[in-house]
Amino acid sequence: MFRYIVRRLLQMVLTFFGATFFVYALMFANQDDPIQALAGERPITESVRQALTERYHLDDPFLLQYWYYMKGMLTGDFGTSLTGRKISDMMEVAWPVTIKLGLIAIVIAAAVAVTSGVIAGIRRGSIFDNVTLVITLIILSLPIVVLAPLAQLIFGIKLGWFPPTAGATPTFWALLLPALVLGSLVIATELRVTRSSVAENLRSDYVRTARAKGLSRKRVIGVHVLRNSLIPVVTLIGVDIGGLMSGAIVTERIFNVPGVGFNLFRGIRTEDGPLVVGFVSILVIVFLVVNLLVDLLYAALDPRIRYE
Amino acid sequence: MTDIKAKIDVLPGLDPRAPLLEVNDLHVEFRTQYGISRAVNGANFTLSPGETLAILGESGCGKSVTAQAIMGILDSPPGFITKGEVKYRGVDLLKLPEKERRKVRANQIAMIFQDALSALNPVFTVGYQLAELFRVHRGMSRGDAKKRSIELLDQVKIPAARARIGDYPHQFSGGMRQRVMIAMALALDPEVLIADEPTTALDVTVQAQIMGLLAELQQQRNMGLILITHDMGVVADVADRISVMYAGKVVEEAGVYDIYARPAHPYAKALLESIPRLDMKGQQLNVIKGLPPALTAIPQGCAFNPRCAYAQDVCRQDPAPPSYIVAPGRTSRCHFWRDVVGE
Repeated sequence: MFRYIVRRLLQMVLTFFGATFFVYALMFANQDDPIQALAGERPITESVRQALTERYHLDDPFLLQYWYYMKGMLTGDFGTSLTGRKISDMMEVAWPVTIKLGLIAIVIAAAVAVTSGVIAGIRRGSIFDNVTLVITLIILSLPIVVLAPLAQLIFGIKLGWFPPTAGATPTFWALLLPALVLGSLVIATELRVTRSSVAENLRSDYVRTARAKGLSRKRVIGVHVLRNSLIPVVTLIGVDIGGLMSGAIVTERIFNVPGVGFNLFRGIRTEDGPLVVGFVSILVIVFLVVNLLVDLLYAALDPRIRYE
Repeated sequence: MTDIKAKIDVLPGLDPRAPLLEVNDLHVEFRTQYGISRAVNGANFTLSPGETLAILGESGCGKSVTAQAIMGILDSPPGFITKGEVKYRGVDLLKLPEKERRKVRANQIAMIFQDALSALNPVFTVGYQLAELFRVHRGMSRGDAKKRSIELLDQVKIPAARARIGDYPHQFSGGMRQRVMIAMALALDPEVLIADEPTTALDVTVQAQIMGLLAELQQQRNMGLILITHDMGVVADVADRISVMYAGKVVEEAGVYDIYARPAHPYAKALLESIPRLDMKGQQLNVIKGLPPALTAIPQGCAFNPRCAYAQDVCRQDPAPPSYIVAPGRTSRCHFWRDVVGE
């Protein structure tokens, strides 16, 4: 187990450098004229341009720029955004918001998906099963760029149940609608996996044994079947966190949630290299750590899995 | 022990002098999208305390379905019991409400299954799965239940029971896993044990050990044992009586010596002749020609007639042969049982 964790951590280091280098290269290749992008429509004097170029090492070779950047980041200095704000300050504001949004999304999605998945799995072919199938198909077929503005229009503006945008310091209530939209990204697959997993486990031999032991149906399903059925679902939820991160870019932008996705969106649009790479680097770490935790959790849930 | 007796007394109509287990004219069918599959078409047998009844037959003849119907663990739908009685000490279990029925399982009638690896829950420890019985049925505390579980593992001769109680099923060998299954079935001192092909998944030496253990525990507890198998060799060693099933019917019921010496049904006879024997080395092995009928299309008359050497016109027409009494306690569903026995 210990060896496995060490090996995974070493793999994570490689993945981290690979991913950040890739993103850095993309931002670099994409750079048209960051100084003009920074200034917007206004003209820039030659001396300002020169000063900025020097300050951001824009004339240095690409590899050297990556080196400067990584050196700064590993010593805790994420640098400054092209807007002049320190990136670490921006993160301090952005991350808590996104974590809150993500957690609400995951909890709601998992709760709904697991509950309905279990019911649909037990009552295969019932009205409930068919209705959830249709609803999940609709949700699956709607991309988030459609779903998010649609939800904002219907529930935020027309019905007025939720605030249409979140604002600078969003409350739980303001985050609920974006979280629902975000959660709908993963709810359909989680529900389908729970359903098929429960259906499969219900047919297994150990369920027959449990019934032969004179256990109640509630106990057979709630203890024996559920414990087995949740193993693939938990793994899926871990993988889904990656999907939520990318979904957050669109969702936060549309609902004006001042989180990671919102900053990333702005960074990409203004060609703000340091901003994008800084945020993505942390995203990569979060994603890797979550996946490691999920794999360890998998072994804890299924005693047949042992990592060497 | 007293609490077990108390539970039995709760069952209405319980008669301690009635036969331990009595199955009368049991019919089970599966309603599938391909039609109705008649898995059991009139199974009859009785079981007394301390007795071993073997139910013998090919795959798909309805042995396991009969067992599941007795236990009340048929998957329903698609399985339905359409007719018959399953009487435990005079109480028809099929008429009991599910809640009462549940108490009978494991308390009075327990069952062990063929493949212990899939029959045990992979994500719970053996100790948990054993202790669960005591906690649910007896309301014991975790500690007491664990103590009892260790005792049980000792009784089924699992070495180092105390250390192994926290192990998962996949950490045991096949034979040890089947011992765990047996321990689980015997936990609440049932009076009837149904063993559905308990040794099929095991290799021959382990088979003998498990059968020996079962026989020993049965004697200690004076339990009635229903042994479901297709292995004639296993049957000869341990059974007192044999019910031979074909296409969902008991075609012959007899004492083990009678049936091996002089079978009274052509199917039982053919089964016995298909056992490889050392003194027939080098000769062609007798096989039963043809296949058992599809349970969705059972032949008219005697279900065995298309494969039977004795078949005459009367066998090919309804009604099916009745249960002829060959001798006291011995029946055969063959019009020509005299010819079969006489040879």
